Amino acid sequence: MASRADALAPPEVMARYEAVIGLEVHVQLATRTKIFCGCPTSFGAPPNTNVCPVCLGLPGALPVMNRRAVEMAVQAALALNCRVNPVSRMARKNYFYPDLPKGYQISQYELPLAEHGWVEYELEGAARRVGIRRVHLEDDAGKSLHEGFRDSERYTYVDLNRCGTPLIEIVTEPDIRSSEEAYQFLTELKQIMQYLEVSSCDMEKGHLRCDANISVRLRGASEFGTKTEVKNLNSFRFLRMALDYEIARQVAVLEDGGRIEQETRLYDVASGTTVGMRTKEHAHDYRYFPEPDLLPLRVSDAWRERLRAAMPELPAAKRARFRSEFGLRDYDVEVLTASRELAEYFERAAAASGDPVEASKWVQGELLGALKAAGKDLAVSPVAPEQLGELVAMVRQGHLSGKMAKEVFAKMFATGEPARVIVEREGLRQISDAGELERVVDEVLAANPKQLEQYRAGKATVLGFFVGQVMKATRGQANPQAVQELLRRKLASPAS
Amino acid sequence: MDVARLTIDQIREDLARRRYSAVELVEEALRFAEAENPRTNAYLHLCPERALAAAARVDERLERGEDPGPLAGVPVAVKDVILTKGVRTTCGSRLLAQYIPPYDATAVARLEAAGAAILGKTNCDEFAMGSSNENSAFGPVRNPVDPERVPGGSSGGSAAAVAQGTAVAALGSDTGGSIRQPASFCGVVGVTPTYGRVSRYGLTAFASSLDHIGPLARNVRDAARLLQAIAGRDPMDATSAFAPVPDYLAAMDGNVRGIRIGLPREYYRDLASETGTLVERGVRLLERLGCRLEEISLPTTDYAIACYYIICTAEASSNLARYDGVRYTWRAPQAETLAEMYRETRGQGFGAECKRRIMLGTYVLSAGYYDAYYLKAQKVRRLIARDFEEAFRRVDAIVTPVSPFPAFKLGEKIDDPLEMYLSDIFTITGDLAGIPCMSVPCGRTAQGLPVGMQILARHFDEPCMFRIAEAFERAGGFGGN
Repeated sequence: MASRADALAPPEVMARYEAVIGLEVHVQLATRTKIFCGCPTSFGAPPNTNVCPVCLGLPGALPVMNRRAVEMAVQAALALNCRVNPVSRMARKNYFYPDLPKGYQISQYELPLAEHGWVEYELEGAARRVGIRRVHLEDDAGKSLHEGFRDSERYTYVDLNRCGTPLIEIVTEPDIRSSEEAYQFLTELKQIMQYLEVSSCDMEKGHLRCDANISVRLRGASEFGTKTEVKNLNSFRFLRMALDYEIARQVAVLEDGGRIEQETRLYDVASGTTVGMRTKEHAHDYRYFPEPDLLPLRVSDAWRERLRAAMPELPAAKRARFRSEFGLRDYDVEVLTASRELAEYFERAAAASGDPVEASKWVQGELLGALKAAGKDLAVSPVAPEQLGELVAMVRQGHLSGKMAKEVFAKMFATGEPARVIVEREGLRQISDAGELERVVDEVLAANPKQLEQYRAGKATVLGFFVGQVMKATRGQANPQAVQELLRRKLASPAS
Repeated sequence: MDVARLTIDQIREDLARRRYSAVELVEEALRFAEAENPRTNAYLHLCPERALAAAARVDERLERGEDPGPLAGVPVAVKDVILTKGVRTTCGSRLLAQYIPPYDATAVARLEAAGAAILGKTNCDEFAMGSSNENSAFGPVRNPVDPERVPGGSSGGSAAAVAQGTAVAALGSDTGGSIRQPASFCGVVGVTPTYGRVSRYGLTAFASSLDHIGPLARNVRDAARLLQAIAGRDPMDATSAFAPVPDYLAAMDGNVRGIRIGLPREYYRDLASETGTLVERGVRLLERLGCRLEEISLPTTDYAIACYYIICTAEASSNLARYDGVRYTWRAPQAETLAEMYRETRGQGFGAECKRRIMLGTYVLSAGYYDAYYLKAQKVRRLIARDFEEAFRRVDAIVTPVSPFPAFKLGEKIDDPLEMYLSDIFTITGDLAGIPCMSVPCGRTAQGLPVGMQILARHFDEPCMFRIAEAFERAGGFGGN
């Protein structure tokens, strides 16, 4: 993969350096209403319609904490193995910007909601751990619209619908060493948030936003280098590209005998480079101080434990269990646990089928294939997991051949009917019943004395002919394995 | 009827006996306010439609034989930092000269729900920052007692309206004495309730942790009636208290025998002689009524001014950030860039005192100074509150002067902000501690200038404070003009 980064420093130079990366991830919480008022958080409403005195920052308006936002944030923090502080404080972060109507963001500073956590993820089969420094709650700003209007040349428009949307900011320790690690960590983080249903983590909609602090040092060095902060990493792809570029840029600067300047840089999607925004001298002084309009945020042990108890099984635990309990291969586990919804679908299908491995194949193969072809989400799948499980069980019990089952599945998907109904209506049952099959086999043998003689004379290939005749006579419903077995037994014995 | 002499009790009786209708009363109050206002500039604007609509609702209820509410027909003035839906709310600032809020402050809604008629909006120091009402963008207020003198601030317009008799009562706001000091300067009763007792929703924020809404009235009973109507938990204000609101009128039984009153020695040093004499005379009256006096000490008093002006400016610098020209404020027309728009809008929009406080507040919150100023001030604030807690273990209430001196002349202190700040010394401690406190008139100087006596009580012990104040007012003959 040729990228902008490769041009900056050759691989043998890069190999002498190590990157040190910490991420600041903003996750939009999936509350129905905003963090400090009752306005809906829905996306896509006409500009400046989901607003009220509170989120517009009108004179005299006051924030009131959304309990649901706190609960979601606590669950997120617990899932990241953080210690939830029994008392935390909201704080004002002061800065001027047109899409920030109060002139400050209500965030947390000295006493965040939760601290000292970690996330474990897998990188090339090995477990890696990233420390979580803190998780805190805050409100989002509105959006400045710099283009798309007739007079965009002269004016910026402001949409305050997003103002007051609840966010959590997750700050990692500088434990990440490459863009690939950052990518895998963020993937794991996203999956955890989605499992908890605290966020949809839709990056396109800005539900997951990421900034990175990056420095480089010679391998083996213990001191950190000077870091830069790179903003605007708004897709997984951009994250990787921006980190690669910035790491290479810093290496190139150092190799040239230069010094890294502590600054904020913006990832520019068009050029694939990072561009300096402001240096340390021009860094904002946010003048944080405790928010006097809100009481300290108290999370009692009882409340915290109630929230913990209500949490679903998290991706890592589910993956481990799918391996040990169901004996699934890593790849299958990966696919099936990609979303909580799919994992739960699979588990219900597996339970109904009595054969998790087969169920796994059917879920990954037929079901996901059919959904993809139909452009449908799992949530609206016409085939319920129990129905799919039943179908798998019918195959397992020999009532249907694999080929028949696929046809039945297609009909289930099209009509939403259970397999049983389709099989019965269309008379598709596989005949495995020994008595019934024996009768047909006897008839076939009796009807084809010439072939019977050839077989007895040692022409073993004639067996296939007999199987075909039996299948034909049963209109394909005979269980081929059972037929073969029966034929072998019959033909081995003296003339019947 | 003589609007200037009416009390709420009188209005209740008059309406019940059909001596006049609520509409007649409010019409007369509006006429009187319009006629008198040029003398004082107490009102920035009247809202006759809203007032008459409220009065008409009261009359309808009376006609149907329904309870018209505890404040039925009472003409009330509201300080212009408190929002009134559909009625211009300027905060005494050029930036909000045309601002019409889309919602009512909780206190305003509760007043109207109790039957009150909002007559109009009263002048004040810009964003409630000042002790003389000279910081209003719409001109100073003159003290009705002596038009050469200030009415005090920042609720100067509310105090003047009540003293002048155009409003029977008024709402003010108090952050460091802005209700009590003008009440004392104008010779009316002013109450700063316990922090959290009255919702701040719809009160334009100056310093959120210190801001209070409270009543001004001609006597203690009327003030208590107003507080009764506006007090209580409001889900829109996270800092509003859940504590039930006691019956204040029932508490005023005239019996103050045995109530222990603390006299903090730090408040009686260096008093201008007449103020000192009047307050001490008031204290003796309390003793005669059966109160037990005790000298106490509030040793952290000396740090209160510094502490207060750090915390209030810090919070103000943040609270005033929203007036940036982007949305509802006045916007400097000639700006080309965003930075220029901010600079010009705020540079031209804010008056000198606001700018001074924004700069002070920005400074004390800045990186490298936060610990030395803001954090230290918060610690001092806790010590001041602890001083009071300890004092209230020995006494039930504390009595002090409200201001070191009576109303001063317009322009006398405006060029010396520090001296102006120092004049808040007796009132800011109550705000810092969040305890209820009030000013009740205790006499006049030889020049006829009113002097107020301050009563402070334990958190949520407004009943004790009112009981003392009412007994004192009755015994001293200080009720009414």
